[in-house]
Amino acid sequence: MKCISVSALFLSCSLCCQLLVPLILSLCLSLSPSERRQGQHAALAIAAVVIIVGVPLWWRTTETYRAWLPVTQINELAKLQLQLSVDVEVVFARGTLTPEQQKKVPLTQTQDEEHMVDGEDLLMVVEVYIGQRRTAMLRIGAQMRVGRTLKQLLAHLEPRIQQVLQVMSFSHSDITAALSDRVRPSPGNKESLADSMRAFKSSPGYEITFSLLNPDPKSHRLHWDIESAVQNYIQPLLTKLAPVANFSIDSQILYYAMLGVNPRYDSSLSAYTLSADSLAHVINPVEARLGSNAASSNPVLNFLLYVPDAHHSPLYIHDHKKQKVHSNAFHSPRWGGIMVYNVNDFYGPDPVFPMDINISMAKVMGVFLAQLRLLLGVQSSATPPGFVVASCGSAGLADWELDRLMWSRTVENVATATTTITSLAQLLDQIGNIVINDNIAQQVSSTVTSLQLAVAELEAGNLGFALQYSKEAILASERAFFDPSLLHLLYFPDDQKFAIYIPLFLPMCVPILLSLLKMLSEARQRRKEKQAKRD
Amino acid sequence: DEELVIRPLHSGDIYASFQFRTVWDTDFMGGKKVSHYRLFPKSLGQVISKFSVRELHISFTQGYWRTMQWGQPFLPSPPGAELWVWFQDTVTDVDGTWKELTNVLSGIFCASLNFIDSTNTVQPSASFKPLGIGNVTDHRFLRYATLPREIVCTENLTPWKKLLPCGSKAGLAVLMKSEKLFHSSFHSQAVHIRPVCQDWQCKSTSWELRQTLNVVFDLHSSGQGKREWSLFKMFSRTLTEACPLASSSKIYIDVTDNPQGEQFELSPATPLLSQAVVLGDRRTYSVYDLTQQATFGSMRSLNMLLRWKSSDGECDMMRPLLHGERYVAGYGLQTGEIHTLMYNHHPYRAFPVLLLDTVPWYLRLYIHTLTVTSKGKDNKPSYIHYQPSKDRVRPHLLEMLVQLPPNSVTEVTVQFERALLKWTEYTPDPNHGFYVGSSVVSALVPSVVAMDTNSTQERPLFSSFFPSKEESSYFVRIYTEPLLVNLPTPDFSMPYNVICLTCTVVAVGYGSLYNLLTRTFQVEEPSPGLAKRLANIIRKMRGVPPL
Repeated sequence: MKCISVSALFLSCSLCCQLLVPLILSLCLSLSPSERRQGQHAALAIAAVVIIVGVPLWWRTTETYRAWLPVTQINELAKLQLQLSVDVEVVFARGTLTPEQQKKVPLTQTQDEEHMVDGEDLLMVVEVYIGQRRTAMLRIGAQMRVGRTLKQLLAHLEPRIQQVLQVMSFSHSDITAALSDRVRPSPGNKESLADSMRAFKSSPGYEITFSLLNPDPKSHRLHWDIESAVQNYIQPLLTKLAPVANFSIDSQILYYAMLGVNPRYDSSLSAYTLSADSLAHVINPVEARLGSNAASSNPVLNFLLYVPDAHHSPLYIHDHKKQKVHSNAFHSPRWGGIMVYNVNDFYGPDPVFPMDINISMAKVMGVFLAQLRLLLGVQSSATPPGFVVASCGSAGLADWELDRLMWSRTVENVATATTTITSLAQLLDQIGNIVINDNIAQQVSSTVTSLQLAVAELEAGNLGFALQYSKEAILASERAFFDPSLLHLLYFPDDQKFAIYIPLFLPMCVPILLSLLKMLSEARQRRKEKQAKRD
Repeated sequence: DEELVIRPLHSGDIYASFQFRTVWDTDFMGGKKVSHYRLFPKSLGQVISKFSVRELHISFTQGYWRTMQWGQPFLPSPPGAELWVWFQDTVTDVDGTWKELTNVLSGIFCASLNFIDSTNTVQPSASFKPLGIGNVTDHRFLRYATLPREIVCTENLTPWKKLLPCGSKAGLAVLMKSEKLFHSSFHSQAVHIRPVCQDWQCKSTSWELRQTLNVVFDLHSSGQGKREWSLFKMFSRTLTEACPLASSSKIYIDVTDNPQGEQFELSPATPLLSQAVVLGDRRTYSVYDLTQQATFGSMRSLNMLLRWKSSDGECDMMRPLLHGERYVAGYGLQTGEIHTLMYNHHPYRAFPVLLLDTVPWYLRLYIHTLTVTSKGKDNKPSYIHYQPSKDRVRPHLLEMLVQLPPNSVTEVTVQFERALLKWTEYTPDPNHGFYVGSSVVSALVPSVVAMDTNSTQERPLFSSFFPSKEESSYFVRIYTEPLLVNLPTPDFSMPYNVICLTCTVVAVGYGSLYNLLTRTFQVEEPSPGLAKRLANIIRKMRGVPPL
């Protein structure tokens, strides 16, 4: 405090002297015209030197380095006009078409699909069967088969094809879900909002952690063969999903890990129950034990298998209607899933603790796999009536589901990267004294290039490349946004700068300004005198 | 495994040392990514596999271990934080990995390990050898750093406790109540990870994680001056069970000085006794096995009580054979001198010690002034490894192998000059001073057991002529005090004052120059004096022309 006030006093004193010296001197002078002219020239020359040399010099030496950023391209991207296209090939089964119809069939017919919200009021009589690969079979009513041209036939098929497309590639709600950061979902549409909130955000990689919670190691010695279970159940799905993201799996066993809620005893069931309302409080105390992933910063999907202790078992989860949940499991959006595994069947009439228990991994992994599909956004949204979807096979994921996921992930990545890069551009635009290094500029331009490529590939319908480019864009944009060098001069406010400039600038500029003003007023006076003379 | 060793100290204080050992049977050398964890904590396992760590030793210590009063600790550690890591020889960019590793560890242990950078990291050539299996001794893969300023508190203990399989829910860890543990004169917690053999043939290896916690409770502040200690008094908890996951769970109480119960009384009494040679000395311990239900007695809880018979602890403690001290000498803010004293209390045997000194770059050592003297004579070190500092890049590293003559003090002195720092490089309270980490003295000290060649008690004659290998000497590492050095500290409002002063000078000069250039000065008739003016008025009235 003291040194500040001292320096402020010092500053004011020095200011006074500096201002007074020229003023006092100017009071006691009277000048002859020629000498006065000379003085005026000198003052003008000094002002000119200050303006021509001094100001640019000061500007250049105090300038912050700001590399060039592709601002116009960023602004163009900010509008985010995406054109998504899917190639649709309609293949008619042999015998469906008459020979003259066949002649007119073009080899393939590409159809650009704009996504729109349409009222789903079509009564479906056509059965559609969606297979494991990227195929769907449509059945046409018999009356349509004869005597129609191909165009009519296609026109007849079009609404169905659109529906198939929506199921198999993307629908309006998928796109809004993917864009949920940018586009505010229509209010009232709670269901789709919940859907969109459930899946994890797109990320280049995910860490999947399976945790076995054993709150009572004194009574239960639990064994789970997680390695082979992961190999058999989870790995096929992840191999299939490899183009979307990298996954790494680990597992741990946590002892004395309690749930955050005390289960209630239900005497009618002679079991303990967890109601749906209390599930929200279950996770927090457990999460402190789970530990974050030390080795990477990817989002973590947690799957917990909770074996209740001997005194609180069996334990069942009840839904909002007070019904027992069949799987005895629940998931938490963007976090993971918890399954309660009751072991009291093993107890027998006369249990001896501690008891060795082998956990049946097939049952557990079935639940976790379903949850994993939900959390990764491979949701099977409600199919329109009349659609039959083939079971997804051993991999747990049909090809078209993968396509769907890639569509929405690409759109989401593009949207996120654009948001990041536009907000970075805005920020840098608003705060003028942030240094922009060359490497940041390079990251920004590589983001922009990747984004443009991703958008172009989306237009062309090349999903794989589009996803790849969108991932690169997201990585580069994050790297640019979170670069530590951007923080250096962020909090260097203007008032401090002026406090430093004023002791020099004020005493230098005041005499120059005063003499310029004086010259101006004299020139005006002279003009007036001249005018008076002329009159 | 879990165990607690309680050693009553002669000062009346009490030393409690916890050790928890977790062994993870996995073949880590094969390069296969292991990701399924049972007892081993996942966070540390991931750190090991991601950063290809071969050995990791980290310790957080609050307080200074007083060797002369308390004897040797089981696991020595310097005040503040210490981290040393051996990387596997597959790591190519060791410095980059080290940087990332320190950041990750600082997250795991809630400590400021992220302040470890190249200015406080060294690569000791001889002092820190791998403790596990493996014979890589190329010190390119070793990094050592200390943060003597680090303050250890509850937020470091909680993550440490979380690494235990039973957490703090069961077993010995129940005793770790942070308000008691930190209300002590010395607190040190450490994590050591190293590879060990699974069996004696060493066909397969496994990771060993040792978590240790050492506390010294003060006689006066924790014990209220009464020489009476119980588990409840120390930790405000008692024990009721062992950790069900532990294969062994034991409490050892050092009763060497108390063979017939003449010094203190221990209740409940235990029939189990165990003898071991610890730090070169044969010690006897009473053992409580927590896995046996009988240990807890009818009360179902174990609360050991040590009550001294006489209030004054008059007994001869044997001085530790090796002891170190360090201080800064000199006056003024320009130069100074670091003195390191090493005491060899052995009556007749000389032994070599390795001294490691890490000095930050802002103390510029004059290495030509380095002198090593013992008993008034110059003592030439047989090995010196010196790495000079680079400003703002790396610290000084000085390693020496010095022979300590019997019963002597060896003094190592070196002069230094204090550097001026840039004003942003000062710590938030620069007048507090700057810490210089402890020197590390590592030595193989001849053991006390081997010292009494005369005694034939309890041992047959044929066993005692040649000292047996494992008892003849033992490894000791001691840490000296960290130094606190004052650096010349500027007045931090000075830059602004300088700006104002120079601006004033410039502006005054500029103002006069400006006036000289833009104005012309004329000699003006001085105005007439008062008398003349009066005279003129009178002359005007008279109608006479004025003067």
